[in-house]
Amino acid sequence: MLEVHKLCFAFRQREVFANVSFRAEPGELLAVLGPNGAGKSTLFRCILGFVGGYEGTVRVNGADTRKISPRKLAALLAYIPQGHRPAFGYTALDMVLMGVTHELPLLASPRARQVERAREAMARVGIEALADRDFTRLSGGEQQLVLIARGLAQRSGILIMDEPTASLDYGNQIRVLQRVRELAEEGYTVLLSTHNPQHALTFSHRVLALSHGRVAALGTAQEALTEELIRTLYGVEAHFLQTPQGTVIVSAGEVRQP
Amino acid sequence: MHGKGGTRTTASSRRAAVCITVLCVALLLVFLLSFVLGRYDVPVMDVVRILLSRVFPLESTWERNMEIVVLNVRLPRIALVCLVGCSLAAAGTSYQSVFQNPMASPDLLGATSGACFGAALAILLNASRRMTVLSAFAFSLAVVMAVYLIGQRARGNPIVSMVLVGVMISSLFSAGTSYIKLVADTTNQLPEITYWLMGSFSGANKADVAFAWLPVAAGLIPLLLVRWRINLLSVGEEDARALGVNTGALRLVVIVCSTLVTAASVAVSGMIGWVGLVIPHLCRKLV
Repeated sequence: MLEVHKLCFAFRQREVFANVSFRAEPGELLAVLGPNGAGKSTLFRCILGFVGGYEGTVRVNGADTRKISPRKLAALLAYIPQGHRPAFGYTALDMVLMGVTHELPLLASPRARQVERAREAMARVGIEALADRDFTRLSGGEQQLVLIARGLAQRSGILIMDEPTASLDYGNQIRVLQRVRELAEEGYTVLLSTHNPQHALTFSHRVLALSHGRVAALGTAQEALTEELIRTLYGVEAHFLQTPQGTVIVSAGEVRQP
Repeated sequence: MHGKGGTRTTASSRRAAVCITVLCVALLLVFLLSFVLGRYDVPVMDVVRILLSRVFPLESTWERNMEIVVLNVRLPRIALVCLVGCSLAAAGTSYQSVFQNPMASPDLLGATSGACFGAALAILLNASRRMTVLSAFAFSLAVVMAVYLIGQRARGNPIVSMVLVGVMISSLFSAGTSYIKLVADTTNQLPEITYWLMGSFSGANKADVAFAWLPVAAGLIPLLLVRWRINLLSVGEEDARALGVNTGALRLVVIVCSTLVTAASVAVSGMIGWVGLVIPHLCRKLV
């Protein structure tokens, strides 16, 4: 379980966010929404321990993350970044295999057992066939699935995804989000930042909205995501239409300053 | 010979094993062939017997001169070439991973320019060959240590800072070397400095090998042991950190070990170009 308590972060005298508190439980997908510059990435970086100069606490299963070594933290939190181009052409299996490193002794290389685990992780997201392909030559969606498999190979209970659908086409966005929702239902705690409130509404259990450095909303997707919130976060008018398939957000009207 | 490191699928790790075996055999053949080349003719079988006679008692069926040539002239040179080639390739691969830059080479942090300055200074001061080697080695280590310490304290991305500081300090010591060339005695010292800077194995002797093998071993063995974690550094600082790697400590280990092997190599052979840059790429294509 991930618990963030009164988190404040300032960069060079400029406040990024303050008083951010929330909990994320196993089995839930928490979507983090907010306009550009709201501090979503910074929040994730504080949680993951990439930056240390924050006030407040981040606890994983009760332990303060600032007091845990990177190796032990990797067993608790898995970071799944946006797809990126590494400088060297590793195979997809190699990339996923990197996830098991924290369990290995310092001077060891992965053995057959770890390779097996990596293959299982790939199978869970349906990409076993990509194992020997060059990672840099895969499509954006495939790369994102490989990075998710790498996070799964870490065998940590909490997945932190930074805009996983950012550079994906429509189909891949839906496929990745469906898989992530399934992972949450299998028991993972998933923290996912997104720019698309529709995705948050359709796929997440709970929503955390950041605006002007404060928590603008925190609650279930149905309760917290309202037309009012869209107006607060993004300065545009939206209508929520109830359809038999679920709620659909339709943007309309003029642009107003938030 | 240093590839990416790490196990992959059975098919690809089989391929890697085959590749490495073939390369080892090729190395052995080239090793033996090198003894045969040269102005003084020594047949291959005699070479093999001479080499084996150091380990097993064998009846001497060769000339005394041949033994001297093989053991005192060619063996140190060939052994040194192997050590230096191996060191530079390993250091190059490690640097390319740590700095996430396929164009990185072992002289990125100034090891080479430090060594050149150290050697030039020693020659200017009329030091013995042994002192020249030690001076080159010491300056090489000192320069990289300075670059590392200054780069660590600079703000911003530590990797970029270190590379920039490396460029600046390399340039400083290159200027120092140029100055030494300017004030050196043109009859004796200047040609010697120039010759040293060109890089050569022709003057290699047993003392050089006796000096070089220890730093090379001290650097190569740790690099080989942490090769899997070096892979993680190459996909990015944050990714590696999130995957559980202590990036600062690992980076320091890699820089120390790579510098040890590079400094030892440059100290005994002068500047050897592009091996550390190109060989890692060739190896990546093979495995």
